[in-house]
Amino acid sequence: MSFDRIREKLSILADAAKYDVSCASSGGKRSNAKKGLGNNTGFGICHSYTEDGRCVSLLKILLTNHCIYDCAYCVTRKSNDIKRVAFKVQEVVDLTIHFYRRNYIEGLFLSSGIFKNPDFTMERLVAVAKKLRLEENFNGYIHLKSIPGASDELMREAGLYADRLSINIEIPTKSGLKLLAPDKKHEDFMKPMEKVKNEILQYKEERKIIKSTPRYAPAGQSTQMIVGASRESDRDIMYSATYYYKKFNMRRVYYSGYIPVVNDNRLPSLGTEVPVLRENRLYQTDWLLRFYGFSVSEILNDTHKNLDLDIDPKLSWALRNLHLFPININKADKQMLARIPGVGMQSVFKIMEARKFRNLDWTHLKAIGIAINRAQYFITCNSKDFYKQDLSSFDLKNKILKSSKSKYAKYFNSQLSLFP
Amino acid sequence: MNPQTILIYDGSFDGFLSCVFFIYNHKITNPIIRKESKNNHQLFTITEDIITDKNNALRVWKGFLSKTSRLQQQDFFKAFLSEIKGVENTLLSYIQNIFAKEKKTGIDFSNKDILKINQVAKMVGREKHRMEAFVRFQLTKDAIYTATVEPDFNVLPLIIPHFKDRYADQKWIIYDIKRNYGIYYNIKTVETIVIDNLFKTKFKLSPDLLLPEEKDFQKLWGTYFNSVTIKSRKNDKLHKQHLPKRYWKYLIEKRP
Repeated sequence: MSFDRIREKLSILADAAKYDVSCASSGGKRSNAKKGLGNNTGFGICHSYTEDGRCVSLLKILLTNHCIYDCAYCVTRKSNDIKRVAFKVQEVVDLTIHFYRRNYIEGLFLSSGIFKNPDFTMERLVAVAKKLRLEENFNGYIHLKSIPGASDELMREAGLYADRLSINIEIPTKSGLKLLAPDKKHEDFMKPMEKVKNEILQYKEERKIIKSTPRYAPAGQSTQMIVGASRESDRDIMYSATYYYKKFNMRRVYYSGYIPVVNDNRLPSLGTEVPVLRENRLYQTDWLLRFYGFSVSEILNDTHKNLDLDIDPKLSWALRNLHLFPININKADKQMLARIPGVGMQSVFKIMEARKFRNLDWTHLKAIGIAINRAQYFITCNSKDFYKQDLSSFDLKNKILKSSKSKYAKYFNSQLSLFP
Repeated sequence: MNPQTILIYDGSFDGFLSCVFFIYNHKITNPIIRKESKNNHQLFTITEDIITDKNNALRVWKGFLSKTSRLQQQDFFKAFLSEIKGVENTLLSYIQNIFAKEKKTGIDFSNKDILKINQVAKMVGREKHRMEAFVRFQLTKDAIYTATVEPDFNVLPLIIPHFKDRYADQKWIIYDIKRNYGIYYNIKTVETIVIDNLFKTKFKLSPDLLLPEEKDFQKLWGTYFNSVTIKSRKNDKLHKQHLPKRYWKYLIEKRP
């Protein structure tokens, strides 16, 4: 193969694919039974990190950046004047195998601009995955993009070769989608999601009866929303996310701070700062919902439409619910322990194991590794020394902020100085 | 005063377990376990050279297995591989604690030895994971995918199953330059190898050992790596936190 030509295509099509933040290579579980190439143990591996600190675990590329659509937020939009190229199916297969054998990657994440029509595009994505599995005996991770509007038959085939399928909703609300991606219909996104969800359920049922039934998209499906391109509140975003988690059994919803790529009066102008802090708070909320037993309405609701930027969402929730505290570390159940600011699920596990042996005091808690600077105001333990609730939540918040230094301080210092 | 007994062993895990066996067998009350090389003589001490005995080691290990969970067993072995000075004595006190109890109990994270071992094991586990991530194979003329590493802890024994399963249809070598030994997979089994001079000083394999296309694939990977960075989100601190500088020498994409 001509390395120079491939290199040019690779640089263009990797550059165009980088705005998709999903990098997961976990949850696949594919064993290498026939002594072929590759496995997927269910745990992801990040093989490298970009200079912006994101993980590189998959060869993430577009098959082509030709596109018939003109979505305002997208760098490959039809009206954008950029160089268009396309990989051949075999070129993608070869690149994946050669990179994988050198331990550069966990697998392939293949997306594409839409050329000709959705089915024509989807067919080629499926062809790559099929070749990798059947001809190369490849058991690494494959993540394929579902193309909005692709036929049910193609989606069905896709899930037989891919570990994960995803379709990016990008704009969290219907009205936003209409404004920014006028050629796309909301239903075109829902249909493939629904199809994938049903196939997964059906294959699971069949596997219970016939063990040799192949697995369909074992790593499930995911989606992504852009944050800060249109005017959604955090509540809008998290309520949509919850909807996708519940309705389509999403494995993950990703939040991607909008990076201005083109000038368009419907969007933040070029050079607008990427809302990384807001993005981080949304991920924290996502974690609270998935692992800590919170429901979305506890964190975001009509009176609390946006997340605080200066403190994390769990602390913010605790400050609004001071009447539930302090919590006794040696008695509280798992669910309540998980709600203490500064205590993560790992610490919850250690606390529950350790307290079988003795009542824990501050030294134990410090050694276990909880964030005392936040947690101390919300707990009691085997010590007479504990924080008595004598501050209002506003004063308590300021006290905590003063005693800690956030790596995000530069983003909200200007706001804090209003309250000296 | 009880005189201290210093037990000297060969640095292997079986050797360490043989020391534990010796301590129980001879009812030694005040032992210190040390590797051969760190031998220094002190007054008022007794020194014993312990010969590694697989059977004795196995007896100790079986006893340990019967009273612990899988997590504890893994942590124990990982902590041993950390090679941290004096770790043998923390492990000894831990094992004595376990043997003193009648049956299996939970994990007492408020005990400082246990917490320490758990934390050290976590460090070793992290290094193992990093090796699985940062190993970069280069294809040599004799068709062996070869990588050199220099891990903080002695983690090669831990990464064998991962690489053996994943790269089942290709020959590969992962060589630890710091400890001067490597693991070689010949499509059937993994064996331990020692190659003198080949890797001693050079991190880069000599170009005339490599297949000509190897350079092209490395270049492609470099191109890919550079294209996926989002410039407007550049975050050097985070980058280095995930990708500590001491690992850059492995990484083709970070080489100048």
